[in-house]
Amino acid sequence: MTTGDRQRTRMGLAFVSPWIVGLAAFTIYPIAASLYYSFCDYDVLSKPVWVGLLNYRDMASDQVFWKSVANTLLFNVMALPLGLVSALALALLLNQPVRARGTFRAIYYLPSLVPAVASAMIWLWILNGRLGLLNAALATVGVHHPPQWLADPAWTKPSLAIMSVWGCGNTVVIYLAALQGVPRSLLEAAMIDGASAWDRLVHVTLPAISPVIYFNLIIGIIGGLQVFVSAFIMWGGGGPDRSVLFYAVYLYQNAFEYRQMGYACAMAWMLCLLILALTWLASVSSRRLVFYQGD
Amino acid sequence: MRISAKLTTYLLLVAGAAVFIAPFAWMVSTALKPLDQALAMPPEWLARRYEAPLDGRIQEVRPGPLVTGPSVWALERGAAQPVVLAEDSVRAGAWRPAAGPAVPVDVLKRVPASASSPWREISDLPGVRRDVVPSASVSSRVALRWENFPRAVGAMRRFPRYLANTLALCVLNVVGTVLSSALVAYGFSRIEWRWRDSLFGLLLATMMVPFPVVMVPLYGLFRWLGWIGTLRPLWVGSFCASAFNVFLLRQFFRTIPKDLSEAARIDGCGEFRIFWQIVLPLCRPALVVVALFTFMGVWNDFLGPLIYLTDDRDFTLALGLRMMQTTGSGGIEWNYMMAASTLVILPVVALFLVAQRSFVEGIALTGTKA
Repeated sequence: MTTGDRQRTRMGLAFVSPWIVGLAAFTIYPIAASLYYSFCDYDVLSKPVWVGLLNYRDMASDQVFWKSVANTLLFNVMALPLGLVSALALALLLNQPVRARGTFRAIYYLPSLVPAVASAMIWLWILNGRLGLLNAALATVGVHHPPQWLADPAWTKPSLAIMSVWGCGNTVVIYLAALQGVPRSLLEAAMIDGASAWDRLVHVTLPAISPVIYFNLIIGIIGGLQVFVSAFIMWGGGGPDRSVLFYAVYLYQNAFEYRQMGYACAMAWMLCLLILALTWLASVSSRRLVFYQGD
Repeated sequence: MRISAKLTTYLLLVAGAAVFIAPFAWMVSTALKPLDQALAMPPEWLARRYEAPLDGRIQEVRPGPLVTGPSVWALERGAAQPVVLAEDSVRAGAWRPAAGPAVPVDVLKRVPASASSPWREISDLPGVRRDVVPSASVSSRVALRWENFPRAVGAMRRFPRYLANTLALCVLNVVGTVLSSALVAYGFSRIEWRWRDSLFGLLLATMMVPFPVVMVPLYGLFRWLGWIGTLRPLWVGSFCASAFNVFLLRQFFRTIPKDLSEAARIDGCGEFRIFWQIVLPLCRPALVVVALFTFMGVWNDFLGPLIYLTDDRDFTLALGLRMMQTTGSGGIEWNYMMAASTLVILPVVALFLVAQRSFVEGIALTGTKA
């Protein structure tokens, strides 16, 4: 190492030092501590007591835990494809050369900016079974026994899925950026060869943006498994028949309501494994479907 | 064919836009209504003010049900308020329902209503004085209740405190995040040094750590520091740079020609001066994006304040809004709730409309470069 090298390394470390401090205090230490606590009986007030695998064994026999896993997976099976497809459809529409395109884009994007608490309040009001706008609208088209969106365990997850479509503007913008990158030459060549709009979409556009669809899918899985705020605000403790007791909600309850911090940490690590497993599954199953230009 | 395709596109776009706007419109519509109209079914979009003759003068009234058949306005013995009874069910000073015993009543007046000229029950605003009058004598006009906004602020106790706390957190986080993330991004992009790329890999890896994993130990750490119940856990960390923003800024810093820094170095310019006086000014758009995202993130944050704040006086607007839902006596006052929600959403929407370009470019950057 020359003097210049050493000097540059010192300089580089100096610039990144705020991050290194943060890394130690807010990432590495908590990760290590969390792993340790997951093998302990810990309530934050007193010292953690080592209990070995007890938390993990408790989890295996905890009916509520499995309910929260099932809720979370079921919700994602509904919301994830719905969100990806509707965001893609909106992006395709917004990519057309229409007037007032900027205004349309702003309208579709705005809901994604709404604070989660405020959007929870708005939807609590709209989905209200007796007084809500949605059921009033359904009544005008002849649905006289509309769903009890918030009170019927069968409808609480679809309600949240509808809400998440309303807030899909971020995904739309990411798709739009990708659509702009689809090579015009390919689309024009397909047009000259007489391919229909649908064929161009399926055989040119979708393959060209497949890496971004994949990116949105992964981001969706990671976020979807941690869904918390809207369910927590709208139903508090898990809703009718615990139908919206999601993984993160139950984890929060264990940590801050039941003060079973060790159990909560063990749950957090299982969540990590779940995320890893599902993203791995997604990457394996989409390997043949994702097409990287220049590969 | 092309015209019909274009028409379909517009139709879908407009219909979709209507659906996406409807929740906002309904929020504002409810925010501007008196409670009884907010709870009325079927709902109306615009708040109205009703006036009718009551106690011998025209005054603001609350409309009740319509009466569409010949009836009487009668007071049951011992009852506090008169009621509308079908004319043919009242005979010889008594109400004779189809089933059950007769009830003695005093008929106050006849109500010669029919389907073509209905009457309407009305009451004064406190609901004390009641009457039934020809429907045609009830006048109504659109009247938006703007006073609901100050009242909602009053209903959300300590609103000024919540606002001040939220703004303070926003400012601290924006300053902390922009400064520290820019410094760190500079170190990861504009200087060549030994462990740079492996450390940057580590930085990217930290983005994958789900928050629940670090949640409990962070709480323990802040508790040990005596910071629970203060705002500190919600901003101190922002001065340690966040991985996502470092990544975003690094992408931008790398596009600035190296020669610029080299020339400055040859002129004897120190590394920090190059950062502060050459690179930062060139990267203003990217810094604006980071500042905007940070502001939004803090303004919208719910979980952080929920975990770390214990005292009502330290709450943020997000927590305050939630308090309105849980502490109301009786039913939720939806008109005030929607007014408060509007107030919480308004700054975010305004900021977006002002800085739309930066937003869209910033989000696109996260998707395409990842």
